[in-house]
Amino acid sequence: MVDVTPEKIEHVGPAEVPEVDLYHAHSWWTKYVFCQDAKVIAIQYGCTAVAIGLVGLVLSWIMRLQLGFPEFFSFISPELYLQFVTMHGMIMVIYLLTALFLGSFGNYLIPLMVGARDMVFPYVNMLSFWVYLIAVLVLCASFFVPGGPTGAGWTLYPPQAILSGTPGSGAGIVLMLVSLALFIVGFTMGGLNYVVTILQARTRGMTLMRMPLTIWGIFTATVLALLAFPALFVSAIMMTLDSVLGTSFFMPAIVEFGEQLAYGGGSPVLFQHLFWFFGHPEVYIVALPAFGIVSDLLSIHARRHIFGYRMMVWAIVGIGALSFVVWAHHMYVSGMNPYFGFFFATTTLIIAVPTALKVYNWTLTLWRGDIHLTIPMLFAIAFIITFVNGGITGLFLGNVVVDVPLSDTMFVVAHFHMVMGVAPILVVFGAIYHWFPLMSGRMLNNAMGQFHFWVTFVGAYLIYFPMHYLGFIGVPRRYWEIGETSFIPDSADSLNAFITVAALIVGFAQVVFIYNIIVSVFRGEKAERNPWKATSLEWQTETVPPGHGNFGEEAPVVYRWAYSFSVPGTVDDYVPQNVHPDYVKKIAAAEGD
Amino acid sequence: MEFFQEIRNKPWLESQVEIDNAREGGSYALPAVKVGLRVFLGVVVVVFSLSVVAYSDRMTIADWRPVPEPLIMWLNLLILIASSVAMQWAVINARRDRTPGVEVGMLVGGAFALAFLAGQLLVVRQLDALGYFAPTNPALAFLYMLTALHAVHILGGLVAWGRTVLRIWGGKEAHEVRMSVELCAFYWHFLLAIWLVLFLWFVIT
Repeated sequence: MVDVTPEKIEHVGPAEVPEVDLYHAHSWWTKYVFCQDAKVIAIQYGCTAVAIGLVGLVLSWIMRLQLGFPEFFSFISPELYLQFVTMHGMIMVIYLLTALFLGSFGNYLIPLMVGARDMVFPYVNMLSFWVYLIAVLVLCASFFVPGGPTGAGWTLYPPQAILSGTPGSGAGIVLMLVSLALFIVGFTMGGLNYVVTILQARTRGMTLMRMPLTIWGIFTATVLALLAFPALFVSAIMMTLDSVLGTSFFMPAIVEFGEQLAYGGGSPVLFQHLFWFFGHPEVYIVALPAFGIVSDLLSIHARRHIFGYRMMVWAIVGIGALSFVVWAHHMYVSGMNPYFGFFFATTTLIIAVPTALKVYNWTLTLWRGDIHLTIPMLFAIAFIITFVNGGITGLFLGNVVVDVPLSDTMFVVAHFHMVMGVAPILVVFGAIYHWFPLMSGRMLNNAMGQFHFWVTFVGAYLIYFPMHYLGFIGVPRRYWEIGETSFIPDSADSLNAFITVAALIVGFAQVVFIYNIIVSVFRGEKAERNPWKATSLEWQTETVPPGHGNFGEEAPVVYRWAYSFSVPGTVDDYVPQNVHPDYVKKIAAAEGD
Repeated sequence: MEFFQEIRNKPWLESQVEIDNAREGGSYALPAVKVGLRVFLGVVVVVFSLSVVAYSDRMTIADWRPVPEPLIMWLNLLILIASSVAMQWAVINARRDRTPGVEVGMLVGGAFALAFLAGQLLVVRQLDALGYFAPTNPALAFLYMLTALHAVHILGGLVAWGRTVLRIWGGKEAHEVRMSVELCAFYWHFLLAIWLVLFLWFVIT
C-alpha cells in the first residue's frame, strides 16, 4: 500500500511575493469596528449595503402600492412618489449593488482567491468603508431635511433637478450630490486596493490566466468604475455649484413660475453625456462581477471546467472596453444627429456579441456536466435565463426607432429591472448561499433557501413580464397615477394591482432569506471545510472561516487553473489549485494499486 | 503589453502549466505602492480630462466670456515648476543616500507648493477685485472649479509630504524614506503636468 500522506515537497524556490507585514488588531475596536482586515471590511460593506437596500425595497413597495391601488393610500402624494422613485433607483444601483459586488464580494474574495494575506493598502481599504458609510448616512439624511430627498429621478437631470417645482430641489439634491461624491471618493480608495492587489499581490503560480473568473469580473468592473465614476464626480461637483452658487454649467436660461432666473447658457445635454458616460459602464460595473461569479458557480456545481475560459476572459475585458462607447443610447429621446444615433445603436448591438458568447459558454459548461441542483446552482441558472430575457429587450431599446416610442413607458422599467436588477441580485443570492459557509462556518437552511429561490425567481417574472406588456400599450413610467387615459384599457389597472401583490410576496421572501442568514449564523449546520468541493484557494484555508492573514504560516503555491473538475486519471472529481502535481499522481497511483 | 500577452495563454495546456508554475506573483516589476499611485493618477487624469471636455463643450455656447489671466498666474506657474524641481532634487539626494539634501529638497518643494496655493488664492481675489466675479460667467466658474480641484490634489499631496518630512525629522535616513520621496516627487511632477495643460488651456481660450 502506498503512503499518500501529504508531504512537504520542495518543488519551487521560496515565494517571490514578499510576505506582507499584517496589521494586527490590539483591541475590540480595531478588530471589529475600525478593522483593516479585508474580510471584516467586506462584512461591514455587506451589512451596510443590505441595510440601505432594505430601505430601497420598502420604497419600492410604497411605489407599487400607489400604482396598484391608487385610491387607497392618501399619504402617498405625487411629490413623495417621485422622491421614492429617485431614492429607490439610486440606492439600488449605487449604494446596494455596486457596494455589494465590489465592496463586499471584492474585499472578501480578492485576497483569498489570489492567495494574498490581505489587500495591499489595508488602512486605505478601511477608510474606503467608512467614507462609504458616511455617504450612505448623508443620503439618508436627505429624508429628514426640509423638502425631503430629491425627486428628480435617479438620473438627476438638470434643469429639473434644481428647479423649485421639483421635490427636494433645495437641500435634498445637494445632499444627494454630496453623497455621490463621497461614495466615489470611498470607492476610489477601495478600487485602488482591488486592482493593485490583483495585479501585484497574487501568490506564486497564480498567473492572470489562472485566476477564477470571479476575480476577472471584479477586476474589470473595478477598472471600469475607476474610469467611469469620475464622470459622475465631475458632474456632481458642477451641479452642486449650479445649485448652491448659482453657476450655469448645466442650467440654461429659464423662466420659472413667470420669473426669469439668473441662470443662462448652461447645457443640460452636457450633464446627460457626463451622467451616461458613467451610467452605462455602471451597468457593467454591476454585471461583470455577476458574470464572473456565475461562471464559477456553474462550473463548481456542474463539476465541469468552465467552457472557453480564455474567451470568457476576453469577453469580460471586451465588454468592459465597449461599455464606454455606448452611453448615448440612453439619450435617443434627447435628440441627436442621426449619424450619432446610428453609431451608438451599432456599438450597442456589437456589445451583444461578447455577451452572447458568455451565455453560450455558460450553457455549454452545463452540457454533460454533473449538475447538482444546489441553491447556488438554481440561482446561477435563473440568472442565465433572466439575463437573456432582459438582454433581448435591451436589443429592442438599443434601436433608435423602437426606443423612441418605448422610452417613457413601463417597458423600460421592466427591461432594466430584469437585466440590471433581478439578474445581478440572483447572482448575489447565489453567491451568498455559496460562500456563506466560508464566511460563517455554517450552512444556510436548505428548505428556507428553496422557498426563497422559487418565490423570488417565479415572483420576479410575475412582476416584470406583465410590465413589458404595460409598456407596449403605452403605460408611462414615473407617473404617480394613470387616471383616465383613453388609450390605456381598464385591464391595465388590474395588471398593476397583480404586479403589486407579486412584488409584496417577493419582498416577503427576502425577509425569509434574512431570517435564514441570522438563524444560520448561530444555529446553522456546521459546514465542512470545502462543502462544495471547489478548487479555488479561498476554500483551501487552514480554518473556516479563514483567520487573520487568510492562510497558514506559508502562503499557498498554485499549480493549475481554478477549473480542474472531473480530470481524467484523478481520484476525486476536483483538484484544488494548490495541490502539487506529484501528490495528485501519487494518489491516482495508490488508487490504481 | 505584458498584460495582453499573458491573457493569450491557455492555462489548461500541460506546456503552459510548466511555464506558469515557474511564475512569480506580481505582474509588474514595481512595488505595489508605485502601481497604486499610477492607478490613482489614471483616475485623476480622467477627472481632469472630463472637466476639460466639459469646458470645451460649454465654450461653444454664445454666453461664453473669456477671462484674462492675471500676471500672478504666470508667477504661480514658475513657483510650481520650482516646487517640482526641488522635489526632484530630494529624489536625487535620496538615491545618493544624502539625508540633509533630501530634507532640504523636501522642505523647499513643500514650501513652494504652499506658496503656489497662496498664489492661487491671490488670483481669485484679484479677479474678484477686477469685477469679474459673477457666478453666471462660465469661463470664470470653470477657472475656479479647476483651480480648486487642482488645489485639493496638491493639499492631498502635502499630507503625504508632511508624513515624509516628519519621518525625516524623526531620524530616518535617506534610504529609509527613498520610496516616499520618490512617490511625492512623482506626484508633484504629475500635478505640474496637469496644471501646465490647464494653464495652457486657459491661455488659449
